This record gives sequence, structure tokens and C-alpha cells, in this order.
Amino acid sequence: MNARDVAAAVRAGERSAVAELDERLATIDERDGEIHAFNHVMVDEARAAAAAVDRQVADGEDPGPLAGVTVALKDNMCTRGVPTTCSSEILDGWRPPYDATVVQRLAAAGAVIVGKTNLDEFAMGSSTENSAFGPTRNPHDTSRVPGGSSGGSAASVAAGFTSIALGSDTGGSIRQPAALCGVVGMKPTYGAVSRYGLMAFASSLDQIGPFAADVGDAAVLLEVISGHDPLDSTSLPDAPPAVAATLGDGVEGMRVGIVDELVSAEGIAADVLRRVEEAGEALAAAGATVESASVPAAVYGLSAYYLIAPAEASSNLARYDGVRYGLRVDAEDTAAMNTATRTAGFGDEVKRRIMLGTYALSAGYYDAYYGKAQKVRTLIIEDFAAAYERFDVLLSPTAPGTAFELGAKTADPLTMYLNDVCTIPSNLAGQPALSVPFGPGDDGLPVGVQVLGPARSEPALFRAAAVIEEAAP
Amino acid sequence: MSDETATDLDGWEMVIGLEVHVELATATKLFCSCPNTFGDEPNTNVCPTCLGLPGSLPVLNEQAVAFAMTLGRALHCTVEPSVFARKNYFYPDMPKDYQVSQYDLPTNVDGHMDLPGGVHIGIERAHIEEDTGKSTHVGGGGRIHDAAHSLVDYNRAGVPLVEVVSRPDMRTSDDARAYAAELRQILLATGVSDARMEEGSMRVDANVSVRRTGDTALGTRCEVKNLNSLRSLGRAIEHEARRQVDLVEAGASIRQETRHWNEDTGRTSTLRTKEEAEDYRYFPEPDLVPLEPDAAWVAEIDAALPALPADRRAALAAAAAVTDADAALLVQRGQDGLAIEAIAAGADPPRVLARVENDLAADQTLEAAALVELIGMETAGELTATQAKQVLADMAESGRSAAEIAAERGFEAMASGDLEAAVDQAIADNTDEWGRFCAGDDKERGKLTGFFVGQVMRATQGQADGKAVTALLRQRAG
Repeated sequence: MNARDVAAAVRAGERSAVAELDERLATIDERDGEIHAFNHVMVDEARAAAAAVDRQVADGEDPGPLAGVTVALKDNMCTRGVPTTCSSEILDGWRPPYDATVVQRLAAAGAVIVGKTNLDEFAMGSSTENSAFGPTRNPHDTSRVPGGSSGGSAASVAAGFTSIALGSDTGGSIRQPAALCGVVGMKPTYGAVSRYGLMAFASSLDQIGPFAADVGDAAVLLEVISGHDPLDSTSLPDAPPAVAATLGDGVEGMRVGIVDELVSAEGIAADVLRRVEEAGEALAAAGATVESASVPAAVYGLSAYYLIAPAEASSNLARYDGVRYGLRVDAEDTAAMNTATRTAGFGDEVKRRIMLGTYALSAGYYDAYYGKAQKVRTLIIEDFAAAYERFDVLLSPTAPGTAFELGAKTADPLTMYLNDVCTIPSNLAGQPALSVPFGPGDDGLPVGVQVLGPARSEPALFRAAAVIEEAAP
Repeated sequence: MSDETATDLDGWEMVIGLEVHVELATATKLFCSCPNTFGDEPNTNVCPTCLGLPGSLPVLNEQAVAFAMTLGRALHCTVEPSVFARKNYFYPDMPKDYQVSQYDLPTNVDGHMDLPGGVHIGIERAHIEEDTGKSTHVGGGGRIHDAAHSLVDYNRAGVPLVEVVSRPDMRTSDDARAYAAELRQILLATGVSDARMEEGSMRVDANVSVRRTGDTALGTRCEVKNLNSLRSLGRAIEHEARRQVDLVEAGASIRQETRHWNEDTGRTSTLRTKEEAEDYRYFPEPDLVPLEPDAAWVAEIDAALPALPADRRAALAAAAAVTDADAALLVQRGQDGLAIEAIAAGADPPRVLARVENDLAADQTLEAAALVELIGMETAGELTATQAKQVLADMAESGRSAAEIAAERGFEAMASGDLEAAVDQAIADNTDEWGRFCAGDDKERGKLTGFFVGQVMRATQGQADGKAVTALLRQRAG
């Protein structure tokens, strides 16, 4: 039963939200010991929320478009009174005194928040192996990673622990795990969804977005979480376009470009490339024109990203200093306490990126690194703009391959970083992109196809994704 | 002139620039809706944003921007599109371990301030930034180095500040004091800040260097901090300039550093050297969008600007022959408007200035028409100077008219015959003194004039006009 059906049944009084939750909790009990999608299951809070939804229905009120729908939150979104860890030791014991805006919106829509999902520490990684609490495993094959950094949320939906989930996407952290776990994952236009209460990794790139088992559920969830938030200065002021209503309108006349530079990027597996071509053919069969497109600067995205994102992270993560909350390792004086706390509290990948970013912003290096990276970012935006004069949407692989074995890429960070080569350009450009499952790869594991578009093109992305989903092998 | 003796820097010149942090008098903080108040219970005016909690985001306070622009325009700055930046360094009283400030693109640039007396000081910039919390070091000497532990109050964290950076255009500690005093006047006139140096809502740092008189290149500067009053500012600059001159004359060189003024010892000491200075790793604040006030907003700010101290001094100078110091004093007391209005209504300018400056208290005022009436009576000889002062004091207290008070007190002009009779009586009663007066030189006559005027005043209960008495004495002596 997809989320739309659950909500319809709950709203109609045909199904109880409590019963829906209990089924999901049973599944979690059964399998999450192995998968480890959750850092924390909010059993009591979820039961109370589900009961409240049932009461509303009994009282003749409408709980909202996600009535009784179970949802998992990546554990970098603040939940009042509930541990929020970023999968890091440094936040040991911290409970936020406030809810993120998305959490409030979910609750207002009748959703039942089931728990907080595992991630690469501070969302830095592509496999959910960089978690202080151990890795999450891919529900399709538990010897493999779910992707990352929102691996826990992707796995939760793939394993049926929750109908839907929220992740955050800074360089592909929703789309890549969605592809590897065989679910739909979407990064909205920058500013479409409030970041208030999202613990920042790289503020100019971070965006919260939906995970769902199908395109229709993702559309409903996106609509619930989108919209202006006065608490986020980068939140777009205008009303977001509706996506669910036009989902089935098809792609007749849509101009689709397959991004040359991304299909020919280093390390893209042959079976993944074939799926992208087939997805293009499916769109053509539905009436779209499909051609090859060029976004020349896209190939520099990875390099620019690994300067901009760590630079912002080095600043965003400075506050974890042991003074006010979370872990504190006592030492001689304040500076020594800061160092001891951060040394003990952060994992290797986080430390690596803080050092990279600190270096990139240092006096004498700023122009050569951060400044240059921002120029590349501008170039990518210009190249996309040129492409979108000719095309409505673009098509590419989401990830270079299917889910890889745990430990396969942990020894070499650069190999791990290459996982995001196709997803990063959209973050740098602030544009929406989604990953939709399109059949298995040669190894039988899920493959995702990425649909990209200009700012606020979500309706077109969803229409294309619905056609691709329909045609999936 | 300062209350400190200016150091004699024979052959040397001071070059001084000031950086002044001003807390804006907004109702709420710069990036959240917490109250901006001083002196509340520690850590009560805080929220996720000003505590820098994970996930919190800043939202810019529009009133803070309006105040910053008001100050900028009052300093004749251009308002430019600006970008907030993060200044990164670790400090326990800074919740995010970075300060949101403006760096290469500040809101206000290229202004100036004209000091009383005409000295022209360039303003490089006046930018917006957030304040930090306040640390209290417990145990030891109250400094962080020997404290047993530290307490932090985050009520001040996120309070809006404008930092006004002058060009190094000041050449004496008096210039620096006058600049700070004038800035304070502007802040009070515009309502942008309560500008209390002792409470820290106006904090002055001085960049001081020295060079040989006639040189045009700048010497190596030191920044002096912890200046909690205008007096400290003057003393610290004098001390610091002397220290630098002594060093250079002894063959040593100045090290660029930040120095701490100690009010008790009257000395500055090294806080940190340039080598120890942090690399702040500034970059544009990604949680805020660029600030681009449009022309209409700037015009609105300009239209709402009150008359500024320099303009008011100029207006007063145009109305009456007034010294720079007197003009500055009247403007500072807010009594310039009264004086100008009275003069415009025809009152005698020197008498108006004398009465307002000398005989009204700093916080006293009255209707211009009432003052005009009083000065008119004095000018017409209906009141002596002494009587006019007494009447004015009563007017300021009671609000009654000059005529009413004069009548009640019996202050009526003496007929000239009565005055002559009183003078002649005084001469008759004091023949010895009168003899000496007539035979005396100017000095002797001066002394005895005082004596006779006193006698006449006593006899007339103060109704006599001293000047008229003096003239009569001269006339009688021949």
C-alpha cells in the first residue's frame, strides 16, 4: 500500500493510523537489527501521533494529506526533545529544544514520524558507513551499502519500515541512496524547502527532499514540505508549483537531453548507461524528443564541490566545541578542551573535510581554491542555462553503478567521492533533480535514472519520472 | 582641551584612527526576535538562533538595517549593496564560533565627520555585525589567564552592532576625544544608540602610530583596546604615542600588535602580536542573502534624519557670533534651537547666548517667546544683568513670564535721577575711598569701582545697573 492509499484509507476511516504504525513497527522489529536504518525509533511519540490522527478522523476532522502515513527523518533534522545526532559522537546527549520546519509541516499534514535514520556523520559520505553508530545495510542485499549520506532514510522506505522518508541532499545524498536502494529520491530547487532545523553541512548546497516508494508519493510529500518559511532567509518567497496534479500529464512534446559529459564520465558502468538510454527511449515512445545534450562544465563539479562544501562545513561545524552542548572532553584550558572534544567527537571523514575547508579558506589560498571553485560554480550555472534553452529536462545516470559491498570504497576517499559525479552539478546550480528506479542492473540490484531540470521545474521532472517509472523493466 | 596634559612629542606627530562599535537601540536582536536589552538575568534573552544551536538560521532585522543606514547617512556615507560574511574564530562567548559581519562589501562607505572647530575626519566604512556574548572569569585576577572557571552570558550574543571605522585623520588625542564625543552626539540625535561607553554600548578602539613631523608615510600602528571613557581614550593615546616615540628614538622599531589599556596603571600592554593574530577565513555567509537597499529606502532614511550636530552648530554660528566651544556646548545641551529662535525673533544675540549658556541648566529649556521678552527687558534697561539672571532662573522653574516675576520682585528700572542720587550718597558716605578713587591709577580705580558698585547695589537692593554706576563714578571723578 503506497502512502496515498494509506492516507486515503485513514481519512476515510477505513484504516486506523495506529494499526498502520503497528505493522510498520513490527517490520522494524523484525529487520532493523540487521539493516540498521534507524538511530532512534520514536515508539512512544509515534504511537501518540497515530492515536491523535485516529481521534481527528473520529471527530470528523481531516488530519491532512499524509494522514496516518509513516515517515522517517534523517537524523540531522531537529526534533524537539528527541535525540538528534547527525550520527556523530559530538552530539552525545543533545536533545533539540525545537522542531525543524519540515517536522512541523509533516505533523500538520497528519504524518506519523517513526524515527530518526542513520547517515554518514554530518551527511559527509556516500555509503552511510561513516556513522559513529555503525553502517546501514542495503535491504536488497545486506552485504552492500545503501548509498549515502541519507542511507538510513532510503533503506527505511526500501525495507517498508516507513511509507516515506526525508533526506538531505548536499551533493547527491538523497538521489544516490535512492538509486542504490531502488526508491524514488528527489532534491528540490534550492530554497523550495526550509532548511530551518536542518543541521548544516554546506548551507549553500543543502536541501531537504523526499524519499518514496513511487513517484506519486514523492510528489505528495514534496508538496507537504515545500513553501516559504520566514525563518529561512534563503527560502524562496513565491508559492511552489503544484506537482501531484500534473503528474500524469505525460511528456508529449517535452524536449529531453541526455547529458553527454555525465554519461561519458569516468567510471560509469555499462549496465547503468544502458538503462539511461532505455529510459530515454521510453520518454521518446511517450512523445518526447530525446537528443544528446552538452553541459561542458559539469565535469568540474566534483572538484568545485570538494572545495565549497568543506569550506562551508569547516565553519558550520565550528560550533561543536564542547562549550554549550553535546560531548565535552575536559582539558587544561578552553582551547585544549575544544581540541580534545573535537578530536574525540568527530570521525575521520568529518575531520578530513574540516581540514580541507579550513585550508581552502585560509589567507593566501582563498582566491586559488574557494574563489576559483565559486567561478566554476558560475560556469556550471551558465552551461545549464544554455542547455535549458534547448531542453526542458536532462537525463543522466544517478550513480556510476549499483550498490557496492561494505568496505569496498572506504580505503580510498577519492573513489568514494566519484559516486557523486552525476548528482553534484544540480546542487552547485541550485536546481532540482530526482532519481527514479529503472530496472535492475546486471547484478540484479536497482539502478536509478536521474532527471534534471532548471529551478522550479519540479512539475516537468515529476511528469518525466512518472513515464520512466511506468516503463521500468 | 583635555584634562590630561598633552604629551610633548617634540618633532613627532601622532596619527590616530578610531574603530567604534555601537550597539543599535533596536527592540530585538540582529538575527532573531529575542529582546535587545541590557542588564537582564543572564541567559534569559536567548533562543536557538542566538545560541547558535544546530539547525538554527539567521533572519535579518530590518530595523537594525534602517538604524545602520541612518548612522551611515548621518556620517555622509554612501549606502552600497552589501554582503554578510562569516569571521571564523573559536571563542566561548561566540555561540557559532564565527561572527556574522560585513567584510569586503559593507553597507556604508566613504563618509566624513566635521568636528567642532572644523577638523575633517574621513569615515572609511560603517558596517553591520552581531555582538558576542559576555564572559566573566571567576577566580584569580578576573582575567582569563588565571581564572578558575568562566561563565558566559549569551544575552548580548546577536545584539546588532555597527562598527564605524575612521580614516587615520586625527593628529591629537583631543581630535580623538572630539571625534568620539561627536559620534556620540550623532548617535543620540538620531536615536540609533544610547551610546553609553561605560555600559559598553559604544566601544572605542584606537589605532595609534607616530611619525616625524613632516613625514607623509604612516608608521607601524598599534591598536589599543579597553577604552571605557573619553578620558581613557585620551590618556591611552597619549601614553601609547609616547611609548612609540621612546622606542623609535632608542633605535628600536614598533611591532604591529593589539594592546590593552590599563586604567589603573595608566599604561598599555601587549594583548597579541600580529603573528598571533587569527586568520579569520572570511567567506560570504550562505545563510543570508545580499542586502540591497533600494534608492527609495535610502531616500526615506534621509528624509527622516534629524538636524545633525555639525549643521546645528553652523546654524547657530550663522545666527550669532559664537565661539566653536560655545556652539558645541549649546548643541550638546540641545539649547541651540532656543537661542536661534530667540535671535530670529529680534532678541540681542550676545545677551541670548550669555543667558542660555550661563544661566540655564543643561536640562532646562523654555519657550523662545518667553526668553525674547526677558532679553528685551534687559536690553531696554528695565532689568539689570543680575536681575535678568534671577528672573530667568525663576522662569525656568515656574514657567511664569519675565514681566510677572520682575513685578513681583519689584525689579523695576530705576529712574536715572534715583541712580544718580544713590551714587552721590555712596560717595558722600565714603569720602576716604572716593579720594583714593579720584587720585588713583587705573588699577586702583578698578578696585574701588567694585567697592562703590557694591555700595550702590546694597543701597538699591540690586536694582542698579552696574555699568551705569561705573559710568557715573567716572563722570563724577572728572
